[in-house]
Amino acid sequence: MMNSSRVRRPELVCPAGNPAMLKAAVEHGADAVYLGFKDATNARNFNGLNFDERSLAQAIELAHAHGCRVFLALNTYPQAEGWAHWTAAVDRAAALGVDALILADLGLLAHARERHPELRIHLSVQGSATNHEALAFYHERYGIERAVLPRVLSLEQVAQVVRQSPVAVEVFGFGGLCVMVEGRCALSAYATGQSPNCHGACSPAKFVRWDETPQGLEARLNGFLIDRYAPEEPAGYPTLCKGRFAVGGHTYYAIEEPTSLNTLELLPRLIEIGVAAIKIEGRQRSAAYVAQVTRVWREAIDAALAAPQDFSPHPQWLAALDRVSEGASHTLGAYSRPWK
Amino acid sequence: MNPLSFELVLAPIPYFWPRGRVLSFYEAIAEAPVDAVVLGETVCARRAELRLPDWIALGRDLAAAGKRVVLAGYALIESESHLKWVRRLVEQDEFAVEANEMGTVRLLAAAGRRDWIAGASLNVYNPHALAQLHEAGARRWLPPPELSRAALAHLLEGFTALEQGTIETELPVWGPLALAHSARCFTARHYRLQKDACEFRCLAHPAGLPLATREGADFLVLNGVQVLSARPWSLIDRLDEATALAQALRLVPAPEGTLERIAALDRARRLGEMPAPEPESCNGFWYGESGFAYRAPSSSPLAAR
Repeated sequence: MMNSSRVRRPELVCPAGNPAMLKAAVEHGADAVYLGFKDATNARNFNGLNFDERSLAQAIELAHAHGCRVFLALNTYPQAEGWAHWTAAVDRAAALGVDALILADLGLLAHARERHPELRIHLSVQGSATNHEALAFYHERYGIERAVLPRVLSLEQVAQVVRQSPVAVEVFGFGGLCVMVEGRCALSAYATGQSPNCHGACSPAKFVRWDETPQGLEARLNGFLIDRYAPEEPAGYPTLCKGRFAVGGHTYYAIEEPTSLNTLELLPRLIEIGVAAIKIEGRQRSAAYVAQVTRVWREAIDAALAAPQDFSPHPQWLAALDRVSEGASHTLGAYSRPWK
Repeated sequence: MNPLSFELVLAPIPYFWPRGRVLSFYEAIAEAPVDAVVLGETVCARRAELRLPDWIALGRDLAAAGKRVVLAGYALIESESHLKWVRRLVEQDEFAVEANEMGTVRLLAAAGRRDWIAGASLNVYNPHALAQLHEAGARRWLPPPELSRAALAHLLEGFTALEQGTIETELPVWGPLALAHSARCFTARHYRLQKDACEFRCLAHPAGLPLATREGADFLVLNGVQVLSARPWSLIDRLDEATALAQALRLVPAPEGTLERIAALDRARRLGEMPAPEPESCNGFWYGESGFAYRAPSSSPLAAR
């Protein structure tokens, strides 16, 4: 049974792809927001998204006025040529007073620890750390205070990591779902030359082509046919791993269905095992998405903390989340592992 | 062309082969002109036709045949039982260890080992990251698949400039690219089986399960929890460029043709006889392009634009 005196209140960490999304998150009860600079230094490097120095300063001011913390994602892997650009971004973020940096690269971790010893560091999901020994490595060497776990562990495995981890653990609760270990996927790079690790983008829009053909609507990624839709079929964005492919004479979602993650029903258990923070995916989405998702998750976390034994997701919460989610269906992802 | 100087390394078998096939494969390898052999299961912890003591015994046989032997660890650790296995791997000190995830690195560093190899999935993209692993005890490293020739050259120059000592670079020159790793099993999914009751269907696919687009273009290979490229990566027609940057060249075992490629690479270093280009392969990452792309050796960067 949950011992209420030892319950840890998980922080709700919401995406802020732009100032309007940040405002929506802050106003609807986010404990923290995460965001990035307008360039390849973060894993959501999309046109029209993210912050420059000026808008980041304003964002920090607004968030702090509401008691909301600001985490800056600098979670791509710099190459030798871009090194000075990435370290300058770390230094700029530190000077602007972000509450934490979210990093993945070993070199950047060392740089941040050495130059900004007072700065709080979180290990990005892009760091691919899935066990407490890995977390201890980053903690001992770079003083990370929190780690975001890849979306590949089951709930019991997450609990095992939390029990032995030297640092706080943040998990994804809602939004788009990577089926691969984050930081370990070069599928997009193989097809397009651009990857989450190096360019902060997966299956980038500039490589996407839609063609109306006699066989149906075709979605291509740099020439590769990712999917083909019958006239009445809803067409989704051709993220490489969510296409239909032919394997052994069958055409199906060979890697992953185009569903998104929703762990609302696991909330009491996530609280019980002691996760420090629940992260909402979707910096590439809209202010309306952030408002809706933040509001629902705020209510749900508060309800689960107040009366964990009575908690069940309200139908209106689920309906609200369904209206904004990508794809028609939700999954508990790796946490429940129906495929296991 | 002049003879080339490099150490020839055989990567772990990425596929799930029956025990007998593994043992007879390495019997042949014992006689082949490779210098080093990396043994072990790196992809899926459910694959246990050989257990750690079996790999160690095999390592002894290969060492007796004059090979340098390395034991590789899993790329993904999901549970405490996987970590136990890694601890045993690190505790044996007969052979060097290849670390493929950061928990393994921590255990190797904590044990004070200075002889380990930083695998390609550790995501070393810049000299400063390499310096961190070097400091933790790595004596050799492999670049991630996406790193281009230019970026690798730049990285190595940068590492030298840091004046932190030396580290050996091992570069894959032939074999499918390991493009992605998951906790979910794509082979079990194909057979509509659950991962924990997968019936070890990977055993029936010694080269993985080919995945094609809906118009029949070869694209990827499903190998249990791993996704590989359908086209093999090849720098076999770029050995001068590869050896300019790396001291060791690695090739990945395949069901067919491994011994022939080993022989070809060996002729290249002894006799300067260059292997024939393989237009069905890919080398796009070497040029900072899409990974699936292939540039023929005669094409200069300008000509290909």
